[in-house]
This record gives sequence, C-alpha cells and structure tokens, in this order.
Amino acid sequence: MELSTFMIMRNELTLIAVVLVLLIAEIFSTKKSQGALLNFATLLFAIYAAIGFLPGSEGEIFGGMYRSTPLIMVMKNVLNVGVLVVLLQSQGWLRKPENENRALEFFLLTFSTLLGMDYMISSGDFLMFYLGLELATLPIAALAAYDVYRLKSTEAGIKFVLLAALSSGILLYGISLIYGTTGSLYYDEVLGNLHMNVLQIVATVFFISGVAFKISLVPFHLWTADVYEGSPTNVAAYLSVVSKGASVFVLVTLLFTVFKEMVLAWQPVIYVLAILTMTIGNLFALRQQNLQRFLAFSSIAQAGFILLGMISGTQYGMATVIYFVLVYVFSNLGAFGVVAMVKNATGKINIDDYDGFYQTNPRLSLVMMLALFSLAGIPPVAGFFGKFFLFAAAAGEGHYWLVLIAVLNTIISLYYYLLVVKAMFINRSENPIQAIKGDGLARIGLVISVLGILLIGFYSPVFDWVQAVSFGL
Amino acid sequence: MQTNFSYTIWIPLVLLASFLVVGLFGDKLRPRLSGLISTVVILFGAVLSYWTAFQYFLVNGKADGVYQTIVAADYEWLRFYDTLAIKMGVLLDPISIMMLVVVTTISSMVHIYSFGYMKGEKGFERFYAFLSLFSFSMIGLVIATNLFQMYIFWELVGVSSFLLIGFYYEKPSAVAASKKAFIVTRFADFGFLVGILLLSYFTKTFDFQELMQPDNAAIAEMAGLSFMGMSVLTLALVLIFMGGAGKSAMFPLHIWLPDAMEGPTPVSALIHAATMVVAGVYLVARLFGLYALHAPDALSVVAAVGAFTSLFAAVIALTQTDIKRVLAFSTMSQIGYMMLALGVSRYGGTEGLGYTASMFHLFTHAMFKGLLFLGAGAIIHAVHSNEMTDMGGLRKYLPITHVTFLIAALAISGIPPFSGFFSKDIILSAAYEHHPVYFWTGWAVAGLTAFYMFRLYFSIFWGENREYEHKPHEAPFSMSFALIFLGIMSAVVGFIPFSKYVSSDLMPYETHLHMNVAVLSVVVAVIGIVVAAVMYMKPGGAADKVVKAVPGLYKLSLHKFYIDEIYLFVTHKIIFNYISRPIAWFDRNVVDGSMNGMAWVTNKVSNKIKGLQSGQLQQYAFVMIAGMVGLALFVLYWASR
Repeated sequence: MELSTFMIMRNELTLIAVVLVLLIAEIFSTKKSQGALLNFATLLFAIYAAIGFLPGSEGEIFGGMYRSTPLIMVMKNVLNVGVLVVLLQSQGWLRKPENENRALEFFLLTFSTLLGMDYMISSGDFLMFYLGLELATLPIAALAAYDVYRLKSTEAGIKFVLLAALSSGILLYGISLIYGTTGSLYYDEVLGNLHMNVLQIVATVFFISGVAFKISLVPFHLWTADVYEGSPTNVAAYLSVVSKGASVFVLVTLLFTVFKEMVLAWQPVIYVLAILTMTIGNLFALRQQNLQRFLAFSSIAQAGFILLGMISGTQYGMATVIYFVLVYVFSNLGAFGVVAMVKNATGKINIDDYDGFYQTNPRLSLVMMLALFSLAGIPPVAGFFGKFFLFAAAAGEGHYWLVLIAVLNTIISLYYYLLVVKAMFINRSENPIQAIKGDGLARIGLVISVLGILLIGFYSPVFDWVQAVSFGL
Repeated sequence: MQTNFSYTIWIPLVLLASFLVVGLFGDKLRPRLSGLISTVVILFGAVLSYWTAFQYFLVNGKADGVYQTIVAADYEWLRFYDTLAIKMGVLLDPISIMMLVVVTTISSMVHIYSFGYMKGEKGFERFYAFLSLFSFSMIGLVIATNLFQMYIFWELVGVSSFLLIGFYYEKPSAVAASKKAFIVTRFADFGFLVGILLLSYFTKTFDFQELMQPDNAAIAEMAGLSFMGMSVLTLALVLIFMGGAGKSAMFPLHIWLPDAMEGPTPVSALIHAATMVVAGVYLVARLFGLYALHAPDALSVVAAVGAFTSLFAAVIALTQTDIKRVLAFSTMSQIGYMMLALGVSRYGGTEGLGYTASMFHLFTHAMFKGLLFLGAGAIIHAVHSNEMTDMGGLRKYLPITHVTFLIAALAISGIPPFSGFFSKDIILSAAYEHHPVYFWTGWAVAGLTAFYMFRLYFSIFWGENREYEHKPHEAPFSMSFALIFLGIMSAVVGFIPFSKYVSSDLMPYETHLHMNVAVLSVVVAVIGIVVAAVMYMKPGGAADKVVKAVPGLYKLSLHKFYIDEIYLFVTHKIIFNYISRPIAWFDRNVVDGSMNGMAWVTNKVSNKIKGLQSGQLQQYAFVMIAGMVGLALFVLYWASR
C-alpha cells in the first residue's frame, strides 16, 4: 500500500495528530500556560477544520472497511464546524478556576469522540462502524461527568454509560443477526443477501433501535433530559448537536445503502418513530422550566422532524436531512451558546430567570430569539427552510398524514419557543440577569451561529451543494 | 413607451435598512433621532409610491387600454426542485400599487403621530425600529411576485405585529394579547401553507402570473380532480382563504383582534385598521382570477364568511364600552364587507364590480379607520382612559379631534359626500346584483354601523359634561397634523373614479351611482344616527331604557356572543384535562418524581451504587426494550400483511 492511499483517511489522521500534539503539549504545560494552551488547541482545531474543506481524495482502504466519498466529506465538515463552535463557546467555562487543571481533558475527550464519529461515518463494514460508535460514545460519559464536584453531573455520566451499554448491546445483537443471516459484515456483501426474512427484519429493527438511542428518538430518549440537564451546558450542546448529527448521518446513509432491500421494513419503523418523537418531545418540552431540560426535549422533537426526510428515500430527501442538520447545528448552538454564557456568568438556568433579559442584554437576547425562531421554523430564518424542505420531501412521496402531524407539531413547538422569547422581551423582572460580557471567543462562536442561521437560508448554493452529493434509494 | 419601474425595489430596501440601523444602533442614538430616521425613510417610501402610482395610472401603465402587470424585479432566491424555485421580486399592477400607497401613507402618518403619542415612553427607539420592520414586511407582502414570497412576508408581518402589540410589556394583558394574536393567526397560516403546497404541487410554480394564465393546464386538472366532494383547486383556495381569514379576523378566527387593542394605539391604527388586517382581502384579490374562473364555490365561502362576520361584528360593536374595542369590531365588520364584495364578484367588466368595490372600500376604509384610531388615541391621550363611560362633553376641549372624528364617523356611516359613501354604495350594488340576502345583510350592517359609530361619537363628545381631574388638552402638533391630513383624505378620496383604475380583468370601465341603493343606504344610516342621537346626545338619554327592555340580547352582545368562552372551554377543559394533565402528571410523578428520588439517592454517596440499580434506570431500560420489541412486532405484522 502506498503512502498516498493513506491520504484518503486524511481527516482522521490529522485529528489523531492534533490529539497527540496536545497530549505532548500538556506534559510540558504549567499552570500559568493553561490559557495559552487552550488558545493553541482551539487554533489547532480551527486549522484542522479548515483543512477538511480542501478537496480530498475518494476511495476505499483496508479492504473496504474504510471509505471516503464527497458525501462523507460534507458530513464530516458539518460536524467539524459544529465542534469548532462548541469549542469557542466553552472557553469561558473551561477557564474557570475549578477547571484550570483539566481544561485540556475536555478537548481531548471531545476530539476522541469526533474521531469515533468520523470512523463511524466512513465505515465500510459493521465492525468498523461498531468500533467508531463505541469510540464516539464512551468518552461522552466522561464529558457528561466532567463537573466532578457536582453530583448531578456525575449522575448524568453514570446514567449515560449504563444506558449506552444497553443500547450498544441491542445494536450488537442486531449486527450479529445480520452476520448470521448473510455471512458477512461488509456492507457490499450484506446488501446482496438481505431479503426481508423474519430474522433480518428483527435485525433491522434492533439496529435502528441502537442508533435511535444516540439520536434520542422516542422511546429510546429517556436518558436525554436527565443527561442534558446534569451535564455541563457546553457538553449538552455538544451532545445535542454533534453527537446527534453524526448518528443521523450514519443512519441515513446506512438505511439508503445497506438496508436498501429492507425498505419495507424500515419505513414503517421510521414512520412510527417520527410521530412518537415529534409529539412526545413537544408535549414534554411544553412544561419545562429548566432551559437545559427544555432544550433537551426540543432537540428530541427536532430529531423527529429529521425522520421525515429519511422516510422519503429519495435523493432530495437525503439532501434535506443533511441540510436540516446543518441548519440545526447553528440554531441549537446559538441557543445553547447563550444559555451557557448566562449559566457560567450567573448560574441562572430557568426560563423565569430570563424575564427582562432584553433590557439588560439586548444583543444576547436577539441571538437567542433568532436561534429559537430558527428552531421553531419561522421564516425567513434558515430553520424554516430546513423544515419546509423536509416536509416537501415527505409530501413528495405521498406521506400526507405524516406531514400533517408534523405541521401540527410545529405549531405546538411554536408555543413553547415563544414562551422563552416572551420571557426575554416582554416579561418584566425586578432583578433581571445583569449585563453579561462574554469572552471574545464565545462571542465569535455566537456570531458564527447567527451568520449560519441567517445566511444558510438566504444563500441557496448551500442546498445545491448538499443535494449534489446526496443519493436516493 | 414603457417606463422602467425598477426603482420600486428601493421602497422595501430603504425600510429594511432603517430597521437595521435603528434596531441595532437605536440605543446608541438619541431616541428622537431614531424616530426621525424612521420617519424620513417612510416618507421617502411614500413619495416613491406616489410617484409610482402617478407613472402607472396616469402616464403609461396601460397598453391598448389594459393595465399591464409589470414585474419590476425578480431574483431567484432558492431553487429546490429543477422546476420549482422561490423568487423575490416586485410585482406592479393596480392593486399592488394601490396597497403601496395605502401602506406608506398610513404608516407615514403613524410615524409622525407617534412622535407626540409615544413621547417619553421607554423604548421609543425600539418602537420605531419595529414600525420600520412592520412597514418593510407589509410592503414585501403587497409587492410579492409569487405565493411563497407572500407567505414569507406574511409571517414576518405576523412576527413584527407580535412585537408591536406586545410593546407595553408591563401590561400582562398586552402580553397575553400579543401571544394570542400570533398563535391564532399562525394556526390560520397553517391552512395557508397547506393550500400553497397543494397549489404548487400540482402547478409546479408559485408565480402569480403563471398561476393566472388562462390556459394553465395544471389548474384545469386541479379543478377537475375531486376530493371529498370538492375539486382540489377549491380545497386549496379555501385553505388559502383560511390564512386570509385569520389575518383579517374573519369569524371564527377573529378572537385575537379585540384583545390586540392592548397595544399602543398608533399601532392599532396601522396594523388593525389599515394594513395587516386587510392582507387577507388582498390575498383573495391577488388570486381572484383563480377564485372567480375556476372555483366559484370557494368564492361562495368567502362571501358567506364575509357577510356573516360583518353582521356579527356590527352587533357586538353596539354594546362595547371600550372605544378601541368598538373600533376593533367595526374593523372586523368593514373587512367582512370587503370579503363579501369579493365573494359576490365575478370576473371581467361590470361583472367584476364587487372586486372594484372591495378594493375601493379597502382604500377608503384605510383612511377613515386609520383616522378613527388615531382620533381615539388623541382622546385616550387626553383623558387617560379607554372607557366611553369616563368621557363626555369633550368637544369643547378637543376641537380638532372632534371635527376629524366626526368626518371619519360620517365617512364610515356612508353619508355623502364622504368617502365611505361611495365605496359602500358600490359594494351594496354588487351584492344586490348577486343575491338579495347579501344586499339586505349589508344594508342592515350599514344601519348598525351608523348607530354604533354615532353612539361612540355622542358619548365621547356630547353627553354628560364631566369634571376632569386633569383638564383634557388638545393633542400636540404632530398628532393633530396626522389627524387633519387623514381627515382631508377621508373626505375626498371617495371622488376617485376607482373603476377606471382597478378592475378584475385590468380593463377600465365606468360605474354609476345606483340611485335606489344609495337612497336606501343613506336612509338607514340616517336612521342609525338619529337613534344614536336620541339615546346618547343628551345626558340621561333613552339608552338605559333600551338596555332594560332587552337585557338578554344586550348581555349576549356585550359578551361578544361568548365566543372567547367557548374557545376557553375547549382549550382549557378538554385539551388541558384530557391531554395536558395526564402528560403533566406523568412527567411530574414518573419523570420528575424519579428524578428527585434519584438526586436524593445520589446524595447518599454510600448507597450510590445500590441506589443506581434500584433507581429509574431500570425503568428507562425497560421502556427501551419494550419499545424495541413493540416496534419489531409491529413491523413483522406490517410486513406480513
């Protein structure tokens, strides 16, 4: 094998290099140089993310276990952008005194999970997929428990790791059934041997269930609220955006390729999951007071909408899924960014605490409003187009009832998103949150989110670009 | 020679720029400077609109005697099928230019008026930023070249009016009202969106001009397809009308409008009298070719809803005591008129009389109803109350307000030669030609309108002479100026020969005053005024006796026929009890309860591991596994069918 073939894996190799450099740098770092080290790490990641946009080579290596296509590169770039924004937003929190000795851990753990996600997306067989998935999952438990001095954070970590173990058991069971009935783990060979027999149907359901845990689709969502609430806000943002996005990507590609012949089995599953997830996510979001919990349920509901694009099974449908995730990355990170900034400065996290927020922090509340409008799908911000395209994809294949339910759900969701907007702009408070001056990097993170929310909707080549690399059943 | 109208794109653009500048940097500027920027910009927009109207109507909008539909600008914005793209542009035809004039005129007056009215309010610059945003959105809506652009601006109008209504955030009722307005109209917009999707699914276009093409095969196909006894086209158009009915506060989607009166009064004048609430009428007029040529059934719905709303709202207006609410119901009633006129109209020539009538009434109504609201603002400004019962004898204190209010009241009552007379006359003529029931409904509404308007007028300016704690004083110049300007407009715009400019098929035609109709409607209006004068002009008039004579009817009307209570019953009793409560219970007891238990357990560090194993993780795992098995069984059943 020539060295140049390794360039196909450029993305992962660079990331590993970044991790190694940081590990070495940490050995030589002192307490004083922690701040500089964080800046260096962020810069390194930004360079890495930029490299991802350079044209890369396609192909397969390791006998087809690893593959890279333009679609996969687009997906990885979306994730990289999401991680970059999360890193920018986390700086204020990482520089707090209680984190000063282990701020870099956050980077290393995050990069490890990202590496896992990249392998998962690039996998060419189920073994690689499973290894990637585990690499993407286990460090998250450590991230959730990052605030070791807070019991809730520890609890979140333990809950996550136990339930993740269960879900990965389910997933493995599904994969083993696939192996048993087809005699292979390679996607290409499995594809030819799936014929809708009973065992294979069960295997498909198990496989989807395992991945559904990561995307937190109802009824595999129960961990979400507790873990999001208990984790540090920035970790919750990471979980809700990057981790979820990666799993959505991998699910949509596998359903459209390996499970192509099983479409009659997975379509009803996705159909049911979509309805359950949208509706239950919304109904629970309605009465949340804690913003982190609120955003957890809102992100569950958003995942339900994504399934509408998947169910269509068309090239257009896949494009809408990727496009929606891209929009969702910016919208959700905009919201989480503001919540994290406020929580780190004041410790306040309830919706009531945001009464009169506009009076003291007009710019932050505008960012939050845009992000919530985008999540709610109010035109002309990007979230509207994201949802609209998803609905159009499902309606185009004749799933009118599903679209109807989805539209009704957007109306419900509008109500609770507006509650927050109302609190910020309209409610009045005796002692509103004081004016917050976030650190420069966090503000850059918010500006990127806002630009994303505003520009992706208005700038149409983005969708064309996504659609060009997508494919249908 | 064709004039190049491409400069019209600047009308919305300058307003957007003004919103951005004032919205982002307003807190850095002095408040009055922010107001000044917005006002200058909207005046500039108004001048451009007048120039456009002059060029179009009087110089060279016509070719061979027919008004041209001009696309002054059209940019492709998002393409999402090969055949379907969203564009943003400027469409000029008689009705869009008329709306441009209406929106910029009323908006300019409101901008000027607010200098006096909002003086010293906290958030003065925010108010002006929102006004600019609203005007921008409304103009984007009226010049839309396609349904999708219209929908986007339609929603933006909703958002900006939400912000404007909720401006008095210290008033809880204002907050509730803004939410109600947004959610009710949003619910209606759901119909609109589904209608758009249906239309575009069949026709593969959003473009108004393509949709209106007479030989559009897809439209014919839609008209032929039947769904639940209606053609799909009719269904789509009824759904689109649902969106219009929500914005225009047609029964039964009207419940938000009276409550929206909690917002600042100039906002009510702009949004709830002249511009946003007529967007529904404009929407139907914009698609009128489709309604009239392919789906007359949908037009019947429009006519019936319009006629019913106009009567229903007029009856409620009889007994309200909050002057802004009287005006709100009166607006509903007058918009019902416009819808009725559209509903009874047919396509082409004199058949399209109702179309012209509707647009004419929209135009005159904007002037006199804007004036009424601004006048009401001046009165509220003077006596610090919305209640009619707190007023009386104000004609001595507020001479300018008095005269302008009287002009507006005469105009809305349809007394010649004020503007409302002319537009109402052709509405009633059109209704008469269509069906006598509609005519007599409209006729009765005319009488009721004259009565409640003069009840309002006499109670405020005549009636009992009160001792006021603070002597009421005439409004400052900025406010009086707007009142006088609109007063002149309300008096004279009726003389515009509207059918020469606006017609369903773009061909000018002649209308004549229908003598029978005119006499009948003036007679009933005069009766209404006389009855109101007897009851309310003198202190201790006949009013109380009437109330005592028909207590049941009075109460029914006072409580707005209990529509709000019915909605409340449905939402609170049924949805809350049977849907939200069980879910809330589940969340509180199962999710939260176990959560709290969990936290308690983790506090006992020694019991930590034991606690985790007996905590709700098991339950979570159980739900996951049960869900998975359930799904598998479901799919196996499904696949074996």
